Amino acid sequence: MSILRVEDVVSGYGSMEVLHGVSLGVEEGQIVSLLGPNGSGKTTLLRTVFGILSPWKGKIYFKGEDISGIAAERIARIGMGYVPQEENIFPSLTVQENLEMGAFIREDDWQPRLEEVYELFPDLTDRRKSRAGELSGGMRQMLAIGRALMLNPELLLLDEPSTGLAPRLVDAIFERIVKLKEQGVTVFLVEQNAQALQIPDKAYILEGGEKKAEGGAQELLEDAEIGRLYLGR
Amino acid sequence: MAELVVYGIVLGSIIALGSVGLTLIWGITDLFNCAHGDQITVGAYIALPFVSLFSWIGFLQAKVGPFSFNWGLALAFIPAILLSIGLAVLIDRWVYKPLRQSGAHFITSFIASIGVAWGLRGLIYIIWGADFRFYTKGLRPMLFLPLEIKLRLDEIFIVVVAWAAVATVYLFLSKAKMGKALRALADNRGLARVAGINTERMIVWAWGIAAALIAIAGILYGIETQLRPEMGWIFLLPLFAAIILGGKGSITGALAGGLVLGIAQQVSTAWLLPTYKPAVAFIIMILVLLFRPKGIFGRRQM
Repeated sequence: MSILRVEDVVSGYGSMEVLHGVSLGVEEGQIVSLLGPNGSGKTTLLRTVFGILSPWKGKIYFKGEDISGIAAERIARIGMGYVPQEENIFPSLTVQENLEMGAFIREDDWQPRLEEVYELFPDLTDRRKSRAGELSGGMRQMLAIGRALMLNPELLLLDEPSTGLAPRLVDAIFERIVKLKEQGVTVFLVEQNAQALQIPDKAYILEGGEKKAEGGAQELLEDAEIGRLYLGR
Repeated sequence: MAELVVYGIVLGSIIALGSVGLTLIWGITDLFNCAHGDQITVGAYIALPFVSLFSWIGFLQAKVGPFSFNWGLALAFIPAILLSIGLAVLIDRWVYKPLRQSGAHFITSFIASIGVAWGLRGLIYIIWGADFRFYTKGLRPMLFLPLEIKLRLDEIFIVVVAWAAVATVYLFLSKAKMGKALRALADNRGLARVAGINTERMIVWAWGIAAALIAIAGILYGIETQLRPEMGWIFLLPLFAAIILGGKGSITGALAGGLVLGIAQQVSTAWLLPTYKPAVAFIIMILVLLFRPKGIFGRRQM
């Protein structure tokens, strides 16, 4: 079953239409990638799914329920997590406080979850008391993902977690994403980097606010024309 | 000179009470609240009827220790703080919240707050008139310290209460769950929402804290000088200078900024007429804006 279904979504900012009717689905338990060049509307799509933007037209279903136009504050409570591309940490709070804020709306005991997140990102453990703003780029991304994991999301939306990172760190991040999948988290990964085609089960290609291709990751990687047109090779 | 520095610390402690709340509201809602000064005035005046009321109760007429005021005034802090919080929350609900939700530019809410400031001052003129008022009449015991420092005992009370209040707020912000969430909100409002934090509820908390400090500042300044309708308004410039010096949303910055402004203003009277005190605040503000626009303690650009 699709955990997330996007149907003919039109969305944008102010009077500028960015997405011109996009449909896609994310299967439960998979990693699904959305690839495309800068300005293709990838971030707009994530923001619309998470309720930061309202779709102008079309519907969004999460676990079979219509969530189109529901505010982000509420979507965070029903099992979806979102890690924005930039400004995705609280810089003046410590690492530990960032994770605590991730769990702010939880009323049960989240200590075990905190330990699990530290286990997934052991580097963060030694920096518990450091201010998040002092972390390096890679650590910052890990903290940002860790924050979102504190609510035990079933579906995690990741916006270009590899931005500005050295290839070695990109691999480290992707490795953790695969680990998340093994733990049962569904991941919807937005990327510009064709390196991101190594890990997903399925991928979509977006350009100019329209879906241009979809298929298995391997399939897309091997398609010469798609490689030339959208992945810059 | 030493004496002026001590007076500066007294004044700076009162400014710091105002600036902590002001920077909190600025960091969390983007509102540069021009009514903050007049809310201080309201806090001072609101205590007046309770001081009269409590003076009917015999044992409250006794002076508090060696200070010039009685237990009635000490007790009046509580209703004044509560009313100040209620007023601030209502103003936010009726004025700033609708503006926030319509996505108004921060200049719009800035100008709306000027309206609130004049409205509050008008109310004070209507209810209490333009005459000066005092919480208590009579002698104010003095303390003679080395270095020819003459200090009123009340001023020690002012400094102690101000810093106790500020320390409480500081502890709350660094240790309590709600306090951390307020700092998170000042840091990155968008992400706070993504984490499911109800921002409107947090804004009510922020106003509560700011308004409690406002009432304390008002009463303490009323003890230090006298109550007059313009007493808070003239604080606005040093308050703004203090939080700009401290950097947006920085609590420690606002504290340090408040102290610096208090001391600078008082020490300037060694060479300048006291009427130039606001000009000193203004010059500091302009210098900071020119050379350190993010404030001395401001966060580095990400």
